[in-house]
Amino acid sequence: MQNRYLEISQVSIDFPTDGEPYRALQDVTMSIQKGEFISLIGHSGCGKSTVLNIIAGLHQATEGGIILEGREVNEPGPDRAVVFQNHALLPWLTVYKNVELAVKSVFKDTKSKAEIGAWVEHNLELVNMGHALHKLPGEISGGMKQRVGIARCLAMQPKVLLMDEPFGALDALTRAHLQDSLMEIQAQLNSTVVMITHDVDEAVLLSDRIVMMSNGPAASIGEILHVDLERPRNRVALAEDANFNAYRQQVLRFLYEKQKHPATTAA
Amino acid sequence: MLAQLQQLKPKVTFASLFKFYNSLAKAITLPCVGIVIFIFIWQITASNIVTSLGQFPGPGEVWNQSKVLVTEHYQEREKAQTFYERQEIRNSKKLAKNPEAVIKIRQYTGQATYFDKIVTSLYTVAFGFLIATLAAIPLGIACGLSDKVYRAVNPIIQVFKPVSPLAWLPLVTIVVSATYTSADPYFEKAFVTSAVTVALCCLWPTVVNTIVGVASIDRDLIDVSRVLRLSTLAHIKSIVIPSALPLIFTGLRLSLATGWMVLIAAEMLAQNPGLGKFIWDEFQNGSSSSLSRIMVAVITIGIIGFILDHLMLMIQKRFSWNKQATLR
Repeated sequence: MQNRYLEISQVSIDFPTDGEPYRALQDVTMSIQKGEFISLIGHSGCGKSTVLNIIAGLHQATEGGIILEGREVNEPGPDRAVVFQNHALLPWLTVYKNVELAVKSVFKDTKSKAEIGAWVEHNLELVNMGHALHKLPGEISGGMKQRVGIARCLAMQPKVLLMDEPFGALDALTRAHLQDSLMEIQAQLNSTVVMITHDVDEAVLLSDRIVMMSNGPAASIGEILHVDLERPRNRVALAEDANFNAYRQQVLRFLYEKQKHPATTAA
Repeated sequence: MLAQLQQLKPKVTFASLFKFYNSLAKAITLPCVGIVIFIFIWQITASNIVTSLGQFPGPGEVWNQSKVLVTEHYQEREKAQTFYERQEIRNSKKLAKNPEAVIKIRQYTGQATYFDKIVTSLYTVAFGFLIATLAAIPLGIACGLSDKVYRAVNPIIQVFKPVSPLAWLPLVTIVVSATYTSADPYFEKAFVTSAVTVALCCLWPTVVNTIVGVASIDRDLIDVSRVLRLSTLAHIKSIVIPSALPLIFTGLRLSLATGWMVLIAAEMLAQNPGLGKFIWDEFQNGSSSSLSRIMVAVITIGIIGFILDHLMLMIQKRFSWNKQATLR
């Protein structure tokens, strides 16, 4: 059971078009262990987000399905919380209220009012946002918004944390800070994470396994790379680490030699 | 030394004066210039128009007539006051003679003054607008949330949206006469007819804008709601309404403006004792002062419309979560 916490089983998906339905994904199959950190990497348009949305239950697989802890899941729920690329905070609610909305909808029957308040604050402290509880999303920076988005998901105590290019819209320095925070939190909570990324360094630094996807249509898993680097990982030390660079190179080779971007091959 | 002197110099420089003058010009001077030019043109045009009721009123006559309307109001109030005083004296005398005497308290039944009419108009438009809002926002939300509902309702919206209030009014009048038949009606029939006509005409901007507002909610926020498994009601309360609020308010402002315009026509024909009926009565009256009095009403209607719009804008600002957005 330990090896099959989350199973993606022979997932294919068709999108309706005017003519033939478009097959975006073909036979995506993999198992994810509890506490594992998985990155999905691939060129844009290869269906990474679609995989994530199917796990989240936001899209329905045409064939195959998702099994979480031995049960099939096919609708969205707080056990598979999603961190969106553009934070998706409700702009009219304060940081605190945004997290509270999530906590209330998950724990309204099991936690008292005081417990809910404490839990909201605890999770915001965890992402270092305890200082801005009563600010509106419009009043804080992009990195801070993404921290709040992560806190909102952590506060739901999801079985799997799904992250859709969580740091894609941030500048390099902010991104590094958030990656470090995420590694710390993940080590502390032993969360199971599936993250989409475009960033090779990010994938190698954070992941236990990197899932490299082939190009669409009918995209599928191309290769899976096990990243066997000691944790906790330090980005500065790893920059000169031979293993780290070897992993990096493998991902780069996959992306730019085996699976050239369709636009570049056409050109 | 020189530096010290420069520090002592007052901060008012030519440039800052010019800047101050500029902002003053924008805020006060330019609108005043506009108004003065308008009054000038009005005066010249008016003096060239001779009607069956005499010269078309210029600004001066209209100003005088507005003062007359104010005086009439106070005279009427005084009459009412003396009527009630007389009544009270009479009743207390009666009671002094015979403590068991049954006393009657009669309402003063004098003319409604110009200000009473304004109040009636405001009541009527508020009532009609309220009915319209209560119907329009839920309908708009339902259409915005469900494509099926939208497809079913949209043709009806498109057909009824451009209908003139004057077309509705006869129907509404007849229907109200037939169905609103309580012996001791809380509202006058004319009031109900006018309010319903207002509602029918000012429904649409709110409906259409609410639909657009609800249909254009950020996809991510909808996904958040799905991940949290919010109930439909919670989804509407915490995601849909706040998202759509700016556009709902745009709709409400357009609706209120439409309602206020429709009201005057409705009151004329339904004989609801508001500003519309005032204009109609003056028109029928045809005295030498009628045109000026109608002009006073025209300006009053304009100013009240302007105030109503600003009131809505203030409410919108109060409820707007996006304080950076410029509302105008």
